[in-house]
Amino acid sequence: MLKLSRYVLYDILRNKIVIAYTLFLFIVSFSMFRMEENGSKALLSLLSIVLIVLPLVSLVFTTIHYFNSYEFIELMLSQPLSRTRILLSEYAGVCLSLLSAFWMGVGIPVLVFSPDPTGLALLFTGTSLTVVFTSIAFLAAVRSRDKARGIGFALLLWFYFALIYDGLVLLILFSFSEYPMEKFTLLLSALNPIDLGRIFIMLKMDISALMGYTGALYKDFFGSGQGVLFTAGIMGLWAILPLWGALRSFKRKDM
Amino acid sequence: MIRIEQVNKKFRRLQVLENISARFDQGQVIALIGPNGSGKTTLIKSILGMVRPDSGKIFVREQQVNGDPAYRKDIGYMPQIGRYPDNMKVGQLFRMMTKIRNASSTGLDEDLYRQFDIPSITEKPMRTLSGGTRQKVSAALAFLFNPPILILDEPTAGLDPLSSEILKEKIITEKKKNKLILITSHVLSDLEELTTHIMYLQEGKMQFLKDLQTLQEETGELKLGKAIARVMQGYDTNNEWIDQIFAVEKNNETPAK
Repeated sequence: MLKLSRYVLYDILRNKIVIAYTLFLFIVSFSMFRMEENGSKALLSLLSIVLIVLPLVSLVFTTIHYFNSYEFIELMLSQPLSRTRILLSEYAGVCLSLLSAFWMGVGIPVLVFSPDPTGLALLFTGTSLTVVFTSIAFLAAVRSRDKARGIGFALLLWFYFALIYDGLVLLILFSFSEYPMEKFTLLLSALNPIDLGRIFIMLKMDISALMGYTGALYKDFFGSGQGVLFTAGIMGLWAILPLWGALRSFKRKDM
Repeated sequence: MIRIEQVNKKFRRLQVLENISARFDQGQVIALIGPNGSGKTTLIKSILGMVRPDSGKIFVREQQVNGDPAYRKDIGYMPQIGRYPDNMKVGQLFRMMTKIRNASSTGLDEDLYRQFDIPSITEKPMRTLSGGTRQKVSAALAFLFNPPILILDEPTAGLDPLSSEILKEKIITEKKKNKLILITSHVLSDLEELTTHIMYLQEGKMQFLKDLQTLQEETGELKLGKAIARVMQGYDTNNEWIDQIFAVEKNNETPAK
C-alpha cells in the first residue's frame, strides 16, 4: 500500500499546490499571532479560518486530484492490485499531503505561540476536518461522472456544511424555542463536523460563559473526558463512513 | 486459459455484450474483430476486471475474475490508447511498474524496450510523448514481465511501419513460446500472419469463433479478409463493414502496383 502512496505523494508534491497551501496557512497563522497581543484572541481568528478554508481546500483539491490521476488509476487497474488497495493508497497520499500542509502551516505557529489546551484542540479539530473532508470528497468524486460535476458537487457540499447547515439549525431552534432543546442541539452538532469542531474549541476558551444555559450544558459535556471521546468518535465516523461508501462504489465502477 | 461463460453487459440501455461464451487456450493467437462499437474493448476490459459484467463468469487460468486481482500478474495488457500520469518520466514509469509487479530486474523481457529505443527517452515526461511513442511504451510494458497471456488492443495503430514490423515479429516469437495472445485490430492484413483463431463480434454478439484453417476450408478463400466476408455473407448479417474494408484495401493496393 505504501508503495503506491509514495507515487501519489510524489505526484502531488510535483504540482506545487500543496506547497502554496502550506505557505498560505503559515503566513496567515503567523500574522494572526503577531497582530494580536492576546494568544487566545489570535486562536479565535485562526479558528474561523481553519473552519472555512480547511474543508474547502480539502474538498476541492481532493476532487481535482482524483480526476487528474484517473490515468494512473486506470493503469493500476490493469495490474495485479485490488481496487480497495488502489483507492486507499490514493486516499492516504492525498490525506497525508494535506495534513502535513496543515501541521506545518498552522501546527508550528500554534505550538510556538500558544502551546496550551486550546491550541491543541485547534490542531485536533484541523486534523479531523482534513481527514473528514478528504473522505467526503472521495465519495463525491468517485460517484461523479466527470470533473466538472465532481467539483460542483464538492462545492455544494461545502456550502451545505459551512453555511447552509447553520441557517437550518437556527431555523429549527427558533421554531421550537418553547421546548427544551439542549440535548437536541448536541445531537444536531454531531451531524456537521464543522459545527462539532467549532463547539469543541469554543468550549476550551473562556467565551463559553457568554453562551448562557446551553453553553453551560455544552461545557459540562464537552469539557469532560466523555466529550472528547464523543467528538473523536463522531469525527471518526465522519471519516470512515464516506470513505467506505466511496470504496463500495469504486469497486462496482466500470472504468 | 481464459474461459468466458454467458457474459452480458449493458451500458444503460445499450447492450454491449450479449451472451458471450468462449474459450481461449495456450498457444492460440486470437484475432478479435468486428466493427467499431461491437464490444471488443469491453470484452477485453471485462477479462481485465476493469468492466464488471452484469451476468456471467470469466475465468483466467481457472481463477474467477471477481475481486482477487492476483490473476492479473499473468496478463500483459496493451491498451488502445495508452494513458499515463502526465508528470511521470518514462524511466520512472518503468521502475514503478517493475516495483508494483515485484519483478526482479533479471527476469524481464527487454526485447521491445531495447528495439524501440526506450532507454534514450527515459528522462522525458509522459505528456511530451507523441501518440506513436506512447504506443511503443505501452507495448514494451505489456511484454516486459514475460506474462503467459498477452492482450493487445489495436497494437499497430499509430505505429510507423518499422515499429509495427518489430512488434509483429515479437508477437510471432511469443506465439512460438506457447503463449495465449489476444489481438484486436482493423488491419486484417496485419493479423493474417499472426492469428490461429478468429473471433468475430458484431453489436455485442459473437458471430463465430473458428480457427483459421477451418475458416479457409469452409470458405475456400485463403485471404483472411475475403474468408471473413464469405462467412459473413453466409450468416446473412450486415456486412457493410467488410465491404468498406475491401474498398479501402483495394484503394491501397492499386497505387502500389
